[in-house]
Amino acid sequence: MTTTAARAEAASVEGFKPWTRPEMAARLARDIPEGWCVNLGIGIPLLVSNFVKGREVIFQSENGIIGMGGLQKPEELEPWLVNAGKQNVNLVTGASIVHHADSFAMIRGGHIDLCVLGAFEVAANGDFANWTTSLTDGVPAVGGAMDLAVGAKRLWIIMDHTSKNGGTKLLEQCALPLTALKAVSRVYTNFAVLDVGPKGFEVVDMAPGLTMAALQAKTGAKLVAKAA
Amino acid sequence: MIDKRVKSIAEAMQGIKDGSVVLFGGFGAVGHPKHLIDGLIEQGAKDLTLVGNNAGSGRVEPLVRLLATGRVRKIICSFPRSSGSVVFDEMHKAGKLELELVPQGTLAERIRAAGAGIPAFYTPTAYGTALAEGKEAREFNGRMHLLEHAIKADVALVEAWQADRWGNLTYKLSGRNFNPIMATAADLTIVQTQHIVELGDIGPENTHTPGVYVNRVLHVPYGDPEPALVPTT
Repeated sequence: MTTTAARAEAASVEGFKPWTRPEMAARLARDIPEGWCVNLGIGIPLLVSNFVKGREVIFQSENGIIGMGGLQKPEELEPWLVNAGKQNVNLVTGASIVHHADSFAMIRGGHIDLCVLGAFEVAANGDFANWTTSLTDGVPAVGGAMDLAVGAKRLWIIMDHTSKNGGTKLLEQCALPLTALKAVSRVYTNFAVLDVGPKGFEVVDMAPGLTMAALQAKTGAKLVAKAA
Repeated sequence: MIDKRVKSIAEAMQGIKDGSVVLFGGFGAVGHPKHLIDGLIEQGAKDLTLVGNNAGSGRVEPLVRLLATGRVRKIICSFPRSSGSVVFDEMHKAGKLELELVPQGTLAERIRAAGAGIPAFYTPTAYGTALAEGKEAREFNGRMHLLEHAIKADVALVEAWQADRWGNLTYKLSGRNFNPIMATAADLTIVQTQHIVELGDIGPENTHTPGVYVNRVLHVPYGDPEPALVPTT
């Protein structure tokens, strides 16, 4: 049994049904209006692109693609096209390509409507940690996360609500090395959708069957009422 | 007559000194001048500082073999860790290879700035993080920024799709990545190109890098980078 399936089973015992990863991605995609330019991080964020059909949303990849399509099929092979995760991807009609400095000028200059990233931890003030679990062990790598976090007009995080061992990932303060300060405006988890408001996490939506009390028990920061 | 074409890899790499700062293009395997890196191994310069996005994977690609020679003192890089970055991992952990970890956009802008004659700039990226350590911070428009310095290099190794005898260049699809900015930021810019075309064939609107930035062009028609298809089951 996969970890996700095991967790789903455990959660169903507690009387609610967490969203699956495709459901999380679809829930996030629902909130992207037509016309936005969106950068998706590697991993779960990339799933979001599968759920915007029928709307023209432009996907930017920080290695210089504006108008990225889906992953290539073997018969489409064009090895000169890769996304930020170095996977072979397609372009959509109308796409363009720029060099790295222009791509990050576009990001830092506030021309990207939305960036979606994964995270290890998100704090109630919008701080988040997603690039390393230790500054001393292992080989660090940062990529474009810090640039995207400060540059995009809004940053949404998509991640599991709790860690593999059941620990909370939504916290009053991050314990891990930060990626950026006060950068996150919304979090989509397998349990809930939360806004980062002026006083902390505000619940926007919850998985079917979940109560506020149960959600609070699984969250390491105080859930607050939606700011007026 | 201006003619920047060289006939051999030895001629392309001639004169690279010990202690050089060397920029290398590429985002993973795409747009990565691996034949020039091979040439740098042959050429023998040591005590090098390499600057690029990645630190290679596996044990056979030229970048990894260059690291393994022990002639690289330091690498300035945004994403050294990858599933196969074994040689970098081993050498870094053993203290044989210094790493300066730089956010990808800051890395690109530090290179661009060098080519544009800007010695340093302020950016909001990495403020308040571990990568801000030791850097000057300053507030502009109510937001904190870090001072970042340009990376001026001795040598840039670039991969182009087309080149003419003036050194005018085009890049193929996402093979562009860091190559155009690196071409501007070094005293000696060396290009490996898939195709040599006649002067005028590229056309003024389609020239990605004007030849003024380029010193040497070597024709290396090696074909395509390794595919990176994701299995869809």
